[in-house]
Amino acid sequence: MTTVYMDNNATTQVAPEVMEAMLPYFHDLYGNPSSAHTFGGQVGHKIREAREKVAELLGALPDEIIFTSCGSESDNTAIMSALQTQEGKNHIVTSRVEHPAVKVLCSHLAKNGYRVTEIPVDREGRLDMDHYKESLTQDTAIVSLMWANNETGVIFPVEEAARMAKSRGILFHTDAVQAVGKIPIDLGNSSIDMLSISGHKLHAPKGVGVLYVRKGTKYAPFLIGGHQERGRRGGTENTAGIIALGKACELAGEHMEDENTRVKALRDKLEKNILKKVPRSRVNGGGAERLPNTSNISFESVEGEAILLLMDEFGICASSGSACTSGSLQPSHVLRAMGVPFTMSHGSIRFSLSIYNTEEEVDFVVEKVPPIIERLRELSPFWKPEEEACATGT
Amino acid sequence: MWDYTDKVKEHFLKPKNAGVVEDANGVGEVGSMACGDALKLTLKVDEKGQIEDAKFQTFGCASAIASASALTEMIKGKSVEEAEKITNQEIADFLGGLPKEKMHCSVLGRQALEAALADLKGEKVKEKEGEIVCECFGVTDLEIERAIRENNLTTVEEVTDYTKAGGGCENCHDTIREIIAKVRDEERPPAPPKLSNIKKIRMIEETIESEIRPSLQQDGGDVELIDVVGNRVLVATRGACATCRASEITLKSLVEAKLHEFVSPDLVVEEVKE
Repeated sequence: MTTVYMDNNATTQVAPEVMEAMLPYFHDLYGNPSSAHTFGGQVGHKIREAREKVAELLGALPDEIIFTSCGSESDNTAIMSALQTQEGKNHIVTSRVEHPAVKVLCSHLAKNGYRVTEIPVDREGRLDMDHYKESLTQDTAIVSLMWANNETGVIFPVEEAARMAKSRGILFHTDAVQAVGKIPIDLGNSSIDMLSISGHKLHAPKGVGVLYVRKGTKYAPFLIGGHQERGRRGGTENTAGIIALGKACELAGEHMEDENTRVKALRDKLEKNILKKVPRSRVNGGGAERLPNTSNISFESVEGEAILLLMDEFGICASSGSACTSGSLQPSHVLRAMGVPFTMSHGSIRFSLSIYNTEEEVDFVVEKVPPIIERLRELSPFWKPEEEACATGT
Repeated sequence: MWDYTDKVKEHFLKPKNAGVVEDANGVGEVGSMACGDALKLTLKVDEKGQIEDAKFQTFGCASAIASASALTEMIKGKSVEEAEKITNQEIADFLGGLPKEKMHCSVLGRQALEAALADLKGEKVKEKEGEIVCECFGVTDLEIERAIRENNLTTVEEVTDYTKAGGGCENCHDTIREIIAKVRDEERPPAPPKLSNIKKIRMIEETIESEIRPSLQQDGGDVELIDVVGNRVLVATRGACATCRASEITLKSLVEAKLHEFVSPDLVVEEVKE
């Protein structure tokens, strides 16, 4: 059975070019970049090149790039640094739909004396900007808002939000793990102070991430140890991972147009056809500005895990915001924050594409998914097909 | 991804007895859309009390569908009396086990069966009449107590796995803890009968003789029982112990500890200076 992989917001395949670029650092070029000898030193040069490539994709300066181990480490570092360098300021502004790396950290901080404001979103997943503006206060240490949502792909106006924070002297961090490589980013012309990236979301391997810290931003390291990353992140460099991420950023720049034209067209085709074939289904966040690769579709009266397992029988890989999938008992916090009704949120499926998806794959999914939903609806005590006519207005 | 047994997968991919029994005389509906799973069980029971037909409709994950399918297979052809005895654990066992976080699917099956059998007799299910403890999932204290008893649960996490209670806002965790403690207390074996004074003194003497004196005598010391007043054990030190500055420690760490172990944890040793 072939795999049809449409779960790229969870993780991506390592690009063949990336694989090729990183492999020598496991055998021939295994030196430690900190060593005094040429053998190790040559690796240091390559890391510098990788740093430049990452900086270029972000419109940043190479010195503003700190390599970390993952997106979560970058998020934790950014928020903890802001709190540590601004003692006395104990307020954090974030949103209700953040990734757990930010959300759970903030809940943890809230239990330890910090005040946390979670900005709500509307039914389409858009940030309540009025609420945001009002929440910025004298003692706000940092704002942390995701650039694009991992579950729905909905894009937040982070540049505007960052300008508002800056004008009040507040640090601004964005978790751009889902956005980088999918939409253009130019930090040189923005007010964003810190930004997180995860390698494995853009065709580099797992175990490498980046924290961008704008030049001149007060900073306290999270991982204390060696002089690596100019003392901003201790620990021997993950050389192969860093080289890989450099290459992946270079490729992402080259593929940006393809992502926003061909991949977007594939996503739109998938979405349009599933919605057409499956009555009482809807796109979560469909009315908002979204990433070109993500589609979060809810199917009324069925449960997500059952859909995933039946799709799995055909080798189709996707995710669900249903309670059962995660092991928690409630549907995704993102869909709940958007006010998606229970009848819809338990049956949500996220398809997330990449440049490696083809039109044949989209056609295959469009063919297989509708009968799966029909089959589960026949099993469901809540499914009343006779209501269909009213619901669709025909 | 969940680690489901082949049997769960089989009952999920090819569910048995899906649908509604047309001329059903017992209908059980449990769960809700908000809770994330729901089960409607319809039964046809003949005049001899045999379950002639059983069908299900499930909204829920793979293990909820498989549990319902398994349940219908288990009860078809059985008498009502036999069906009444089926536990959630038996449904899970029929499927070769369920992941612990999914045990509530088997409980849902048992609840639907009970509701259907109650409907057949024109009764109501007792557990639903308890007080709601978990607002998020509408679980009553009686349902929680029963799950604790039948499955020998000891933690809030386990209660959540089996009943969903406590899996939402978590505000009811303290109440669940209290219910666990209450049920556990009820199940603790009754306390041993109170020691009579005579028996207590005899046991203290025996313990001093066999457990305490030999070690004291090794160091040239000894202890003598003077009196027992309630739980106060009055002793006098002898030999090396009488002049030893650490004798107080010995009384606590050796004499009292041994008496706690062999006689009663309520005893307090006191030294009597003569």
